[in-house]
Amino acid sequence: MPNQSRVLMQGNEAILEGALAAGMRFYAGYPITPSTEIAELAAERLPKVGGRFIQMEDEIASMAAVVGGSLAGVKSMTATSGPGFSLKQENLGYAIHGDIPCVVINVQRMGPSTGLPTSPAQGDMQQARFGSHGDYGIIALTPSSVSEAYYLTIRAFNLSEQFRVPVILLTDEVIGHMREAVSLPDPSELTVAERRKPTAPKGEHKPFAPDAKGVPTLPNFGDGYRFHVTGLIHAEDGFATSNPKLVDQAVRRLTNKITDNIDEIYEAEQREIADADIVVFSYGGTARAARRAVRMAREKGLKVGFYRPITIWPFHDEMVRNAIAGKKAVIIPELNLGQMAREVERVAHGTTTVIPVTKVTGEILTPAEILAAIEEVR
Amino acid sequence: MTQIMLTGSGGQGMILAGIILAKAGILDGLNVTQTQSYGPEARGGASRAEVILDTDEIDFPKVVAADVILAMTQEAADKFSPKLRAGGTLIVDPAGVHTVPAVDGKVHVVEITKLAKEVTGRTVSANIVALGAMNQACSLVSPAALAAAVADSVPKGTEAVNQKALAAGIAAIGA
Repeated sequence: MPNQSRVLMQGNEAILEGALAAGMRFYAGYPITPSTEIAELAAERLPKVGGRFIQMEDEIASMAAVVGGSLAGVKSMTATSGPGFSLKQENLGYAIHGDIPCVVINVQRMGPSTGLPTSPAQGDMQQARFGSHGDYGIIALTPSSVSEAYYLTIRAFNLSEQFRVPVILLTDEVIGHMREAVSLPDPSELTVAERRKPTAPKGEHKPFAPDAKGVPTLPNFGDGYRFHVTGLIHAEDGFATSNPKLVDQAVRRLTNKITDNIDEIYEAEQREIADADIVVFSYGGTARAARRAVRMAREKGLKVGFYRPITIWPFHDEMVRNAIAGKKAVIIPELNLGQMAREVERVAHGTTTVIPVTKVTGEILTPAEILAAIEEVR
Repeated sequence: MTQIMLTGSGGQGMILAGIILAKAGILDGLNVTQTQSYGPEARGGASRAEVILDTDEIDFPKVVAADVILAMTQEAADKFSPKLRAGGTLIVDPAGVHTVPAVDGKVHVVEITKLAKEVTGRTVSANIVALGAMNQACSLVSPAALAAAVADSVPKGTEAVNQKALAAGIAAIGA
């Protein structure tokens, strides 16, 4: 019996294991289906590894606690779904503006509002990018398997620390509740990013002065540095400013630190794109049905390729443009009314036909439904 | 690829049975996925666990056309038997299924709940009896892997009684 090191694990369980492996030691949350297993496991596991779990009175407070935990120097996270993700947006914006690293797991369920609590959906794709007010950059990752959920959670913490930005693990009920085999690596095989600390002497260090990549180096609360964190637009010293030049610098930096480093952040899986007439662009749980549909189409002799963004935000215009250039059509199956098709359409700019395949019944898309869309292309 | 549905009503241990089968698949070196119905559907009404076993990478994690369906209740048998592929195998427990739905495949009527009561004194081990019967009828995983997965998944102290339940399911189908 080979492969005894592989264990059966649920997606939500893999997320929590990945978080612990990445060094997460503070979880503040408010349980909500279909993410609840993450909170349950965090409550059980964190006290055993010197961490802390706290259930707050609601999602707004839990996001605030995550911000506080991170400012104190502890890798912090929360997990939620639709309605909770909406509530977290205010303090998520605070974390973005304060360059405060943290990880937010969103196990998407059917919306809007309370929606269908136990049904899968991918309706928060645009909210993950633009859910908080004002201009900013953000990172969101979308796993398509339980094993990938484990590794992407670790990557979410790493990117969060490297770019001092909240990272959203934008998963869905399909992946969150599915069980699959996962090979857990030895911790020594993992790359785990740790937070950079200031080197300038106390009194001279500017907490929001960017490095070459646009990322500042904040001290942790308790390190002995005196500094100020605010949701008001602030200058490099952390204090509020309305000086137009400094405001412009501060706001642009929040977007540029992501877009300028997109090649370091972005990952996508591409299969059989080169000779393809048609490309299926799919992500998250739906990508599993899409991958099957592409195989079925290839078996029928149709030239179909597969493009799966693993980093969904930032959106890599150039990579997507290259993948769909000269193709007859790009098909985008998703459990919403065309949220990512909108991005692909923007990039295609009329040069490639964009065909959204949408489903909002509370059920998942099947390979047959996606294959039918492929076969309809003339 | 083998697509399996374990169906019954909430509380009959269908999800645990699905997890055990998936664990056995891993022990045999297979790729596995295990999914289940959640929510109101899973409470009281017809509920299901699905398992896919494959030597290849598994794309779609849900059952499209079942090779094997276990049905513990009439409602589950009626609701899920249309998912059986032509030539597939339906296994029903007459304690819950009084009218076997017409299917284009093999049917095994196995006294799963009755055997569980006789052999272990507890109907709660019916899901383990069912696993033994399913595996004997359809050779889903190796017998050793299934026995090991059962031992790994049941509450401590109940290993022996559950192995008896597994053996009873295997014997009910016979060689």
